Amino acid sequence: MSREIHIEPVTRIEGHAKITVFLDDAGDVKDAQFHVTELRGFERFCQGRTLWEMPGLTARICGICPVSHILASAKACDALLAVNVPETAVMLRRLMNLGQFVQSHALSFFYLSAPDFLLGWDTEPAVRNVVGLVQKDPELARKGIRLRAYGQEIINRLGGKKIHPAWAVPGGVNQPLSVEDRDWILDGLPEAKETTLATIKLFRESFDPAAREVLSTFNSMYMGLVSEDGLWEHYDGRLRIVDPCGDRVLDDVHPHTYPEMIHEASEPWTYLKFPHYAPMGYPGGMYRVGPLGRVHVCDRFGTPEADRELEIFRETSSRCSGRVFDYHYTRLLEILASIERIERLLADDRILSTRIRADAGVNQLEGVGVHEAPRGTLIHHYWVDEDGIIEKANYIVSTGHNNLGMNRAVQEIAKTFIQKGEITEGILNRIEGGIRAYDPCLSCSVHAVGQMPLVVDVVGSDGELVERMTQE
Amino acid sequence: MSSKVQPDHVKLVIDGQDVSVEPGRTLLDAATAAGIRIPTLCHLDGLPEAAACRMCVVDVDGRWLPACATEAVDGMHVVTKTPEIETHRRTVVELLFAEGNHVCAFCVSNGHCELQDLACEVGLHSVRVPYSFRRDRIDASHPGFLVDRDRCVLCGRCVRVCAEVEGAHTWAFANRGTDARVITDLWETWDDAESCTSCGKCVESCPTGAIVCKGVSNAEMVKDAELPGELVARRNRG
Repeated sequence: MSREIHIEPVTRIEGHAKITVFLDDAGDVKDAQFHVTELRGFERFCQGRTLWEMPGLTARICGICPVSHILASAKACDALLAVNVPETAVMLRRLMNLGQFVQSHALSFFYLSAPDFLLGWDTEPAVRNVVGLVQKDPELARKGIRLRAYGQEIINRLGGKKIHPAWAVPGGVNQPLSVEDRDWILDGLPEAKETTLATIKLFRESFDPAAREVLSTFNSMYMGLVSEDGLWEHYDGRLRIVDPCGDRVLDDVHPHTYPEMIHEASEPWTYLKFPHYAPMGYPGGMYRVGPLGRVHVCDRFGTPEADRELEIFRETSSRCSGRVFDYHYTRLLEILASIERIERLLADDRILSTRIRADAGVNQLEGVGVHEAPRGTLIHHYWVDEDGIIEKANYIVSTGHNNLGMNRAVQEIAKTFIQKGEITEGILNRIEGGIRAYDPCLSCSVHAVGQMPLVVDVVGSDGELVERMTQE
Repeated sequence: MSSKVQPDHVKLVIDGQDVSVEPGRTLLDAATAAGIRIPTLCHLDGLPEAAACRMCVVDVDGRWLPACATEAVDGMHVVTKTPEIETHRRTVVELLFAEGNHVCAFCVSNGHCELQDLACEVGLHSVRVPYSFRRDRIDASHPGFLVDRDRCVLCGRCVRVCAEVEGAHTWAFANRGTDARVITDLWETWDDAESCTSCGKCVESCPTGAIVCKGVSNAEMVKDAELPGELVARRNRG
């Protein structure tokens, strides 16, 4: 008898989702689907608002990565105003985005994911969380919490709030950086770097390459921004897509031309669309974004410590390996790169200039803003009327780009671990872990948040409930 | 005006306190002079009173009257705050929130909004009636300003400042009840309203994010609501 297993909702991710595993008559996995079950509708209700409200309005898409939406929105609005943003404003926006990388990646690693692989996939769910992590390794947990707090405080110092700072505005930013705040950020850098380096070392030594295959391996293309000289980039730059082994499929492409390369497919069983590389069609045009994508598309980070660690990573993980688990590894590498970039930005006194905003009216009726959010490439695209009122908005968010990849990970992990219908809580957690590795932000992707008890329904082919597993 | 008792002054009792004011003054003037706070919304120093919002209602010898438009009279006993009046004021603000689209989070006037301040003052925690979810089109045709009528509370301060201080009479009311709107020149778009002098007094007078400067982002719109009063005072001084 064929069966369906439902994992609903998926826990320790940002947003609401469920997973369905379809079993055949023999009890082996036939298929698996990752469903995003929430609909937000920001594209619709932004219509009719003014372009000047858009950074603050779209920031409300998410409480985890509001900075990402503020910056992408502000960039799209810069394009509508057709202004050159003052260099200090660009430096400050970069600084905030790097603070966002540090806090968001630290949240993903220490709070959401580390309990799985530091406490064990099969540990009791009641202790497999950040509290359990504090009990097992209080020093690591303390450092992780402080690292995230540091990233949050950078955002707070710049924007006046840790969450939803309405600070980046069309044409620049609305507050300069004070000497006092610059010095505070500088003072925190050594500890942040030490924590990150120690965590990378712990991670590297705890998981050999074979162990890193726990969350499946499969090939895909990767996409991300790179600088003009091919370095890791998070704010500006050009789009690059590489094939599973790192050869360039697309390079030096202005991100504003994304509609020519990226199309979105819809499926009736999920609200989250499936962006794909248009020339290769759907679903063949699967690519992945985020830490793994950025690390694979860039030639190098361009900062000494991060490049040294990147070399070690690439020695043990070729671009062809396609390990989902490497999302965690590359996330740590990106924290390190972000810290070094922050150091570099703050060494330049131009960051203290008060010339931070360009004023203009509506000069273009269409504007695209693209940058790298912690979870991957983020696209805001607006159309306005002559008075600056939004007529249409399109968002392609990081989690959307990874939708095909997340579905594939779920399928692969389910096939590896579920045999003859034998399902344990630990297996279900591994399937969830495959999703968690991408650090999806479903609040953003469909424009929801929360942590709910896990309910797993095993449903027979006749639709009757065969078994229910719950996890509080 | 003074709270000190003078022979020619009107003498009354507000919240148990003996108060005296010059003849012709309102209860709001008298309370303010005595340091007693009465919440207002449509009142603005320098403008004629409209008594439109009913936030300032007080109990005068058992009758509820708007303090902004009621002349202080000898021997009045006024109570500015009772549980019933507090409920009334909270309900007024609640209904204003339900009627418009007052989403503070991304409003340009967030943190500098009289409606938001009033909601805090009267303790409005939630809205019990269904929101109307109005969908008026923003008029951003003027080069310097815009009007978002979904954030308008119909206080009429723009109408009065435009007519009585600027003398332009650009702003007026159209329609009635829930269809009532402030309009420019018989509902021309603002840019086509030829009577408008672009003085900006309506922007400074508007208590919410309804009439604002263009180009300001979230929480950036800070207004000078004392401007009309200062202008009128200067004129009166000659």
